[in-house]
Amino acid sequence: MNISTSFNPWFLILVGSFVAGACAYVGSLMVLKRMSLVGDALSHVALPGMAIAISIGISPILGAFTALTIVIIGIWYLEETSDTYPEALVGIFFTASLALGLLLTKESDLLEALFGSLDKLDFAEGLITIAISVAAIMIATFLYNKVIISIIAPELAKVSRINVKLVNLAYLLLVGTIVSLGVRFVGTLLMGALVIVPAVSARNVTKTITGYLWFSAIFGVVSAAAGIFAAAKMSLPVGAMVVLTSMVIYVLSYLYHHLRK
Amino acid sequence: MPDSILTVSDLTVVKGKRAILEKISFEIKAGETLAIIGPNGAGKTTLFRAILGLIPFSGKVVWKKGIKIGYVPQKLFIDADFPLTTREFLRLKDKETLKIKDALEAVGIPMDKNLLNNRLSDLSGGELQRVLIAWSLLGDPQVLLFDEPTAGVDVVGEGTIYSMLEKLRVKKNLTILLISHELDILRKYVTQVLCLNKEMVCFGLPKDMDKNVMNKLFGEEVRYYEHQHKF
Repeated sequence: MNISTSFNPWFLILVGSFVAGACAYVGSLMVLKRMSLVGDALSHVALPGMAIAISIGISPILGAFTALTIVIIGIWYLEETSDTYPEALVGIFFTASLALGLLLTKESDLLEALFGSLDKLDFAEGLITIAISVAAIMIATFLYNKVIISIIAPELAKVSRINVKLVNLAYLLLVGTIVSLGVRFVGTLLMGALVIVPAVSARNVTKTITGYLWFSAIFGVVSAAAGIFAAAKMSLPVGAMVVLTSMVIYVLSYLYHHLRK
Repeated sequence: MPDSILTVSDLTVVKGKRAILEKISFEIKAGETLAIIGPNGAGKTTLFRAILGLIPFSGKVVWKKGIKIGYVPQKLFIDADFPLTTREFLRLKDKETLKIKDALEAVGIPMDKNLLNNRLSDLSGGELQRVLIAWSLLGDPQVLLFDEPTAGVDVVGEGTIYSMLEKLRVKKNLTILLISHELDILRKYVTQVLCLNKEMVCFGLPKDMDKNVMNKLFGEEVRYYEHQHKF
């Protein structure tokens, strides 16, 4: 939970910034889709995957990713074929996953899964994490046109020959990917903050979509960098400090928004 | 004889066990303007969705080969502070500034106007409608489909939008299909009328759609100018 003194905090700040930037960038579209809490709920799905990964000694990121991918495909399939409201579906999967996760996770590992375990990140894992974060931002940039049209005018999207179902699946899988990276940092309980808070702050300071996407990413990066730095200096839990930093940015953006009016 | 743009025969759409549209047949030729009118719940939007291929149907819908269709939806799903400017919205469809300029000029919006830098959610009903039309023009369509072009626009604005559509039709050689509930305002612009309600369907020239037909269609005395728009 706390950063061990043996690890280079600058490397953690670098990796953390990439992850938080990617989470915020991809998550900003989630907020526009009015699915903010889906991102949060999905992080709980990561728990059983992480538990299994830890118990068989592989990277928890891989475990989280596998669990998320399975559940996302399940949710997507049910959303397309049944009449149940997507949020309710996410609710079903997320509580079931959390229950399963609690059964599978050893008590000693539970805190780590719930609140993150940044200090256990090794160098190779860090580099892979950075690479995946960059790829996630690139894929989101490629998709965002289509995602936005399908949010504001679903029929227009279909008439423009956008495969809305496929775009939704691709986007959800992207969310799954960034959530698996993020849970390693802040844990499943605080993951929602990385996806939601920077986007909501960005919305306070800009009225363009380009500004919104980039401010989201920048706020994510600043939250991670400042949060991890403060956590290292004061020997405090990383996840909590990152989330609280993003809250400070949110309050500042709120004040800016209201003072400017 | 101008080409047939769209031929619909025996179009039936069933939802659950209820037929929303039953055996609808009509034909539109190049350069025509068709108004689809009828009370709420008559299946007007369903008809649009079916001919656009967005929902399953039985019967035949045949578009002229290779035709480009522009669709203008009734509304957008945007919250009050959705971060998307008019310029960005149009650029989602086409990044070429010159084409955007042309499309905006066609709907009477000068390129230098602040409107382009305003959020889409800050536009008035009439402005948004024009921007949506400009969006559909960016794809160089030969046919335009409008779902209630004047929903959310005041009575003065309604007339302006219809006369603008007429100018566009002539200038860009368009065929127009539109859904409306106000035949009287658009009577002078349309060449064909398709009326729909649960019991009856009629297809004909605007002059045939007299008061009797309208009363039968809407089930009451129709008062075009007296209803109030609430915002």
